[in-house]
Amino acid sequence: MSTIISLPDQATARLPRKSFLNEEYGVKSWLLTGDHKRIAILYLVSITFFFVIGGILAGLIRMELLTPPSDLMATDTYNKVFSMHGIVMIFLFLVPSVPATIGNFLIPLMVGARDLAFPKINLLSWYLYMAGGLIIFAAMVLGGVDSGWTFTTPLSTHYLNTHVTTAAMGIFLAGFSSIFTGLNFIVTVHRMRCPGMTWFRLPLFVWSHYATSIIMILGTPVLAITLVLVALERTLDIGVFDPSKGGDPLLFQHLFWFYSHPAVYIMILPGMAVISEVISTFSRKRVFGYTAVAFSSVAIAVFGFLVWEHHMFIMGVSQYSALVFSLLTMLVAVPSAIKIFNWAMTLYRGSITFETPMLYAFGFMGLFTIGGLTGVFLATLGMDVHLTETYFIVAHFHFVMVGGMLMAYLAGIHFWWPKMTGRMYPEAISKVAAIVTFIGFIVTFFPQFLLGYLGMPRRYASYPADFQVLNVFSTAGASILGIGYLLPMLYLPWSLVYGAIAGDNPWQATGLEWQIQSPPLTVNFVEIPVMDHEAYDYEWLANKTVHEVQTVG
Amino acid sequence: MTEKIDPDHQEQHIVGPPVYLTIFVALLVLTAVTTGVAFIDLGVFNPIIALAIACFKASLVVLFFMHIKYSSRLLKMTVLCGLFTFMLLMTLTMTDYISRAWGMW
Amino acid sequence: MDSHSVATTPGELVGGVDPHSHPSFLRHHFESVGQQREAASFGMWIFLLTEVMFFGGMFCAYLIFRNWYHPAFVAGSNTLDITLGTTNTAVLIGSSFTMAMAVYSAEMRRRSQLILFLTLTIVLGFAFLGIKAVEYHQKFVDHHVPGPNFSIQEFVHPSNPRAIPLSPDMAQKTQIYFSLYFAMTGMHALHMIIGISLLFFMVWRASRNAYTEGHIMPVENFGLYWHFVDIVWIFLFPLLYLISRYR
Repeated sequence: MSTIISLPDQATARLPRKSFLNEEYGVKSWLLTGDHKRIAILYLVSITFFFVIGGILAGLIRMELLTPPSDLMATDTYNKVFSMHGIVMIFLFLVPSVPATIGNFLIPLMVGARDLAFPKINLLSWYLYMAGGLIIFAAMVLGGVDSGWTFTTPLSTHYLNTHVTTAAMGIFLAGFSSIFTGLNFIVTVHRMRCPGMTWFRLPLFVWSHYATSIIMILGTPVLAITLVLVALERTLDIGVFDPSKGGDPLLFQHLFWFYSHPAVYIMILPGMAVISEVISTFSRKRVFGYTAVAFSSVAIAVFGFLVWEHHMFIMGVSQYSALVFSLLTMLVAVPSAIKIFNWAMTLYRGSITFETPMLYAFGFMGLFTIGGLTGVFLATLGMDVHLTETYFIVAHFHFVMVGGMLMAYLAGIHFWWPKMTGRMYPEAISKVAAIVTFIGFIVTFFPQFLLGYLGMPRRYASYPADFQVLNVFSTAGASILGIGYLLPMLYLPWSLVYGAIAGDNPWQATGLEWQIQSPPLTVNFVEIPVMDHEAYDYEWLANKTVHEVQTVG
Repeated sequence: MTEKIDPDHQEQHIVGPPVYLTIFVALLVLTAVTTGVAFIDLGVFNPIIALAIACFKASLVVLFFMHIKYSSRLLKMTVLCGLFTFMLLMTLTMTDYISRAWGMW
Repeated sequence: MDSHSVATTPGELVGGVDPHSHPSFLRHHFESVGQQREAASFGMWIFLLTEVMFFGGMFCAYLIFRNWYHPAFVAGSNTLDITLGTTNTAVLIGSSFTMAMAVYSAEMRRRSQLILFLTLTIVLGFAFLGIKAVEYHQKFVDHHVPGPNFSIQEFVHPSNPRAIPLSPDMAQKTQIYFSLYFAMTGMHALHMIIGISLLFFMVWRASRNAYTEGHIMPVENFGLYWHFVDIVWIFLFPLLYLISRYR
């Protein structure tokens, strides 16, 4: 099978003498760093830690659901397990996954800057993430939270004696981490592009992250105040969500979902960012319809704020507002579809090769499309009444989040691994891992669509015996999926020592980050580059003999 | 270092004390008006006038004290974005509350 | 057009020729002081947007409950001391004026004037918090703090002959009014306390000439924060204090 990988001669290749990894030594140089690349690595390690915790919780859920009765754990414990799984996976893994690791690392490189606009705020963002994560971890260890990750009132405010307030405060801090990351990205993209880097020469990766950052700064504060109100309600019983005092539990849901729906776009847009880059590189073609994809990213961000009530259709909202939001939800599917079409047209007549990032990208295209289309089912009021709070919803969001976002994250990690570390991961086993992940994912989550349609409710530890066969399939798939995720956690660290030396541009990709050494210097560029060609300009790349940017070998 | 700075020849427009003083007095007057009008029964217009005056006072602070009038288009757009999102939160939430068949309305 | 990717002139390049031709406060990832100042300003405004949405959630709650329990909100609002409220508004607007003058002083590089106006801002800030404390104390004494000590007597049997008595049911809803009152003014006061703490730090730094040699950015950006806190109060005052005062 053909490949575009082009590595330097391994007999003579060496890692660059100086890079951001070795220019300073010691724990303090990492924990007090301002270098966006080091902060990205800090995030990468901590995010992986929380992913493992979330994954273990997922394993516990699937083991419980192997059999109809609630026999592995008490139902209260099961409530805690799925609540913590949701909280950890969403707030501590998916929201920061691509932006805080790959975005932090690449945005300054892609715009041609030496760092993000506010390096100290970037570091503060990581510390807030760690503080929030540790507080959530503490809530789990102290006994857990069983309100569901959605903290629905009045259950979470009046009927639970678990560590709801602790978990809420942890999420509050992690939310500010997210806000500061978004703030940094927006200012960097507006004010720190290198000469010649107009908006429409930016890689689409940057456009998507820009759109994500808009959502982060406008949506997350509403979550913050909502969690504060929940904490006040629990501690001081202020009554804003308590019907017996005249409050409205639905008010909580309005405020909560005002953030949490745009949050799903915070989670998926960075994944789409990665896909744009990967599909272009492995088709050797510029992304079809650059402007459409760029504006679609921003459109997703804007429309994402208009649809939150679709999470509340059965909760007692007025039918008229439900109609309005149902229509708006149909609208928000359009920009996502535009992006899928454009990626497909990028593939058409491209020179496609099947390296690991591309395998993950293909997985994304298929699985995200299925997940997205099932979202349209859920947008229709009639279907939603039948399907909501069943496993159909669980399958829908896992298709977009795991089949979509997590695959895109892995695509990105593999694609930029040579740039971040200077080493190539082992291609053969990584392809196996990608295929195992894809198969495992389908076996795990496709049966859940059927289960949901047949009526199995979500968040239940026990279920009627009729549903067992599909649940067993799902759990079996989960074990395969687990292997698929375990393999990268083994071979990626392995590659740090034994991987092939990657060189500057093993993928022969366009983009400023590929014109400098791997791993990059702390200052990124010895001289600030001047951008004189369009994004994804493969002709420019082919004709390049000497580039203005110096690299240190 | 205490060199004299000439405000008219700066890159960044420096707003001077006369402008600040004028706005300060305007804000105080508007505060007195708001309080005074609250004691007159204008029915449904009381909250409307109160909010209108508050919006106008806020605009004065944003434009002059916070220098938006003299700032780049980017900053002006940023302020408008914030206002727009805030209005989204209010109005779209209200679509539910004003059309409920049950409730306190 | 605002898309200026800042072009570099050789004299301003850092990491290249002549690394000491730039002021000491220019961070090395910026190409010029102007770029750094604009980026900092823009960053501060984005942070203020997050604060708008943060307070926005509470304003949303307020809007809904004021319409649901209007009589309770009227009664609750009329228990607030309008003289203190108006005075506090004037005090805060005054502190915004002194803060704006502080920014001007920094721009004009007049150190003692800067310290004077920063100190005046602190004094007015404390005055605001002091008056707030008096008001909170009054609410505590009147048994209008939501919780076990809350008393609806004043609303069911009002002492003011022109006030309309509420049914016990509606009188109970005044607790929601007072919860929002304390939550919103409390959150506002917390922001003021943070602001005053930063002001102390800035007075100390200003005395060391940190802001009067061209590096006015921190004063400017803190000014933005302080004005924002003022704007929040400009909305809180009529919404909380001036509901149907003509009774």
